[in-house]
Order: sequence, then C-alpha cells, then structure tokens
Amino acid sequence: MRGLTSWIILGLTLTFLIGPFLIIILAGASGGPSLAFPPDGLSLKWYAKVFTVESFRASFLLSMFLAVFGTLAALLLGIPAAYALNRYKLPGDETIRMIVAAPIIVPGIIVGLALLRYLVVPLDFTVTVALFLAHTALVLPYAVRVVSASLHNLRADIEEAAVLLGCSRLGAFMRVVLPNIRGGVLAAFILGFVTSFNQVPVSLFLSGPGVRTLPIDMLAYMEITYDPSVAALSALLAFLSLAIVFAAERLLGFSRYV
Amino acid sequence: MSDRHVSLIDLTLAYGGTIAVPGLTLDIVKGELIALLGPSGCGKTTTMRAIAGLLKPAAGRISIAGRDVTHVPANKRGVGLVFQSYALFPHLSAFENVAFGLRLRHSSETVIRARTEAGLATVGLSALATRRPAELSGGQQQRLALARSLVMEPSVLLLDEPLSNLDARLRLDMRSELQRMQRQTGVTMVFVTHDQAEALALADRVVLMRAGVIEQLGTPADLYSRPATAFAAGFMGFENIFRVEGTSLVSDAGAVPLGFAAGAPILAWRPGGVAVGAGPYAGQVVASSFAGSHREYVLESPLGRIKADVPIERAGAALGETVAFDLPQETVWPLMT
Repeated sequence: MRGLTSWIILGLTLTFLIGPFLIIILAGASGGPSLAFPPDGLSLKWYAKVFTVESFRASFLLSMFLAVFGTLAALLLGIPAAYALNRYKLPGDETIRMIVAAPIIVPGIIVGLALLRYLVVPLDFTVTVALFLAHTALVLPYAVRVVSASLHNLRADIEEAAVLLGCSRLGAFMRVVLPNIRGGVLAAFILGFVTSFNQVPVSLFLSGPGVRTLPIDMLAYMEITYDPSVAALSALLAFLSLAIVFAAERLLGFSRYV
Repeated sequence: MSDRHVSLIDLTLAYGGTIAVPGLTLDIVKGELIALLGPSGCGKTTTMRAIAGLLKPAAGRISIAGRDVTHVPANKRGVGLVFQSYALFPHLSAFENVAFGLRLRHSSETVIRARTEAGLATVGLSALATRRPAELSGGQQQRLALARSLVMEPSVLLLDEPLSNLDARLRLDMRSELQRMQRQTGVTMVFVTHDQAEALALADRVVLMRAGVIEQLGTPADLYSRPATAFAAGFMGFENIFRVEGTSLVSDAGAVPLGFAAGAPILAWRPGGVAVGAGPYAGQVVASSFAGSHREYVLESPLGRIKADVPIERAGAALGETVAFDLPQETVWPLMT
C-alpha cells in the first residue's frame, strides 16, 4: 500500500511539474486557428509563424539584451559585494544583506510601480534605461547569493599566499580568487539570465511605445490574436532554457551551485 | 651583532583593538632555525604575520638584512610563509603552484621551467607535477607549499605550525626534511609552534612567549634543563610545581612539610624526578598509563595531583592503590618566579 501511495504522489508531482510544459508544446503544434487543447490536428505552422512576427523579434532582442547585460551588471556589482560581505566584518552587514535581498522579497508589482513613479516619470529616464536598472537590481540578489556560496567554500589564506609570492591584493583576487569561483559566477550568470528573461511584473510597468520585453509582448499579442503561435513561442523558450541549464550542468555541474 | 638578519625592535602589535604584543625586541641570526613557542594567544602567530607584512605594527620597527621593512608591503618583502593550512591554489597543478611566484617576476619561460622543476625535485614531487593539490596527500601538500616558498629564494622563511597537520610518522620525516632543507639552502627559518617537543627537536634557538612577551630565549638545551620561570618550567615538562612557605611545600590543594632547606620560593619536579615506592608522602593512584619504558602515574595526594613516571619494572601499583612517594632534593629544580 505504501508503495502504491508513493507512486501516486510521484505521478501527481510529475504531472503537475511537466504537464503544463507538455500542454504548451502540443497546443503550439495545433493545426487549428486558435489556441486549444487538446490540439486541433497537428502542424508546425505556428512554430514557423513565431519567427515572422516583427514585434516578437524586437522584444526578443530587448529581452536578450536585458538578460545578458543586466546580469553582467549585477555580477559586476554583486561579486565585489559578495566578496566584501564574506571577507570583512562590516558594520551593518546584516542590513546590507537584507537590502541586497530586498528585490526578491518585495513583490515585483511594487518594484515596477516604484521605478515608474520615481525614475521614469520625474527623472525622465527612458524606458530602456529603467528596464536595464530594474533587471540589474532584480538579478543582484541571486548574483550575491550564489557567488557568496562559492566564496564561502574558498579558503581566505590563499590570497595571503599569493600576496607573499608577489601579487597585489587586486592581483591576488584576479589570479587566485576568480578562477576558483568561476563555476559559481557562471551559475549566477545563468540563474540571473533566466530570472531576467522570464521577468513579468516589473517589466509590465516599464514598457513604452515599441519597447516591450518578450513576455509582455506575448501578453499583448494574445489580447489581440488568440492563435497558437504564443504557445509555440513559449515552448521554444522553454526548450532554450532547458538547453542552457543542460549545457551548464554538463559543463560545470550547475546543480552544485544553486 | 653583525650577523643579525631579522631584527624586531620594540615591536608593538594590536589585533582587533587589543594589544597582542607589547614591545617585542628580538634579533634573528642569518641561517638559523628559530622557534616561536607558546600557548595559543601568546602572540607568536601575530609576530610571524607582522614579519611577513600581513599585519601592520602599531609601533616599533622590523628590519630584514639591514633594510627597514616596517612599511614595505608584504608582496615586496621577499619573505616566504608556509601556512598551517598550506594555502595551495586549488585550481593550479603542483607545477603551476610552484611556478606562480616566478611567473609574477616575469622571468623567462626557460628560467621558470628550470627553477620550478628544481624546486619540485628538492621536495621529491617531480613525478606529481601535473596533480592538483586535492590529489596530493597531506605530507605532499606540505612539501609542495614548502617548494612554492623556497623557489622564490626568500631571505626569511616563516612556517606556521609546520607539523601540526601531519600524523606522527610523517611528522618525524618532515622534521628531518626541514632541517635538511635549511642546511641545503641556508635560509633563515622562523617557525611557530605550540608543541615544545617540536620546538626543542628542530630549532637552533627557542623563543618561549607568554602574553606577547618573551618569557625565555635560548638553545633547546638551555630551556629544557634551565627554565627560568615557573611558566617556562611548566612548558618544559616540569609538571609538579609548588610554592614554598616556611618549611612547607604548598599547592592550591594543600601543604606538606618539606624535608630539606628550599632556598627558592618555587620548587619544580619532572614526573621522572618523583620517587615512588618510599618516602614521607602518600598518594592514591588515580590514573596509570603505559608508556613503553615507564608507566605514567597520576597520584592524588595532599598536594593535589602529582604526576610521576615510574620505570616499568617497579611500576607494580594498581589503580586505587595508595603508594608512598618522595619529592627528593636531588631532582628538584628551584625557581625564583
């Protein structure tokens, strides 16, 4: 009986986790004119159509730009922050940790609204700049957290050893710290990339004429055209994410860091 | 003194707001192997870090080879340090660990290769040059750390508890290895340890430290046979130390009459100096452990716990038995403080 119950729970869990993904793949492969499940015949035409929608191309590029450069900016800020929090006793370091983690805790809707109200409107920031800042801030907690974890496992005295062999402090960081936390930095990059790319609530507030991230563009598209191409696009994005995570796992044992 | 190599002059070191070493003066001779010995918190490691340049002195001066290096940063002092944890670079092979410092000097690739290979050969690791530190045993890691420091030809080599992470057999090997290396290179070595046996076995001179102050400085034979204070005596194996009041021997536990004229306010005996079997005092055996040629007894007596080593052929007393013992005048070591 115990065995049967476990199998049922396992089955339900898997259905719950993988089910939506399967539904999306099949809905996108529908032969009919509107979004439907079970699919109305099978066809790949909606998968093909995704690549012809002009706004998808623009928003995909914007989302890519934000995910790559927002995450890089977050790492540029996050690696030194993680280093300082790990290696030095700072006054108020608990507070700093909380502030850094805040974008995860505060609901995205509020972050988006605040950025719109206090950055875009009064300071006349363009939407793209505001989006870039928002995505950097949203990824920062992951960058700090993941890099901290790998710094924590690295002995601090190897830096002193490097200094005694002739390195400057910065040289020691570049030559012996960075190479040893490389895996953590790459993991933080991937996690940040995926987080940024899939971000909806903040980006919802920060869109302007012709400036929309891909998820927002997909929402807008669906309001007008209820065809299976949105499902097809979602499936493609899911495959992209899977490919990235799979490659990362293969290359550097991603799951050790997250 | 013309042969002084490292001089610490009235060196004051503070650690996190508290003064760990208040005004230490010490001359280290070129080519000697000197041990900084003391219990944890005595300032020995702090002193070593200051010589390396990892800790800025609050006051005083440090000079190495006639040059004042007090304000010279650690990466320009030419001092090597073998860390207690070895601090090897985990992402680099044994070869690259040793070559690390040479590469920073922008030596040519041929020079780097030759000197790195020579360095690995000196410590017997040539065959393991491509291994990562994690793939080496503890003893090999230590020798690698030693090679990494030695190829830089430091004017002073500092070693932090060099034997503490090794098992007993490797410890003996490493002792002779360190002495051989020191003879071969002529490098001045300063090592820090809390283990008196280690300090006495290895060093040319021993600096016994207590609360940041030099308690006694001398050759191992000096320290061992002529400790100057009760603290030094305690560190050198005089485990039975008592005060003298009038004609009585006094401890925190109690007092017994003394059989001879003391002539000093403090008297100390090694465990081997306590005579068990006959004498004016009585003690109950509360612990007894086999140590090869003798048995180590702990006797509960009116003076508290007495440690006594008894030759194995006379060590018949069982646990719980009460034995007579003496603290004889022939084996006493008198101390003024």
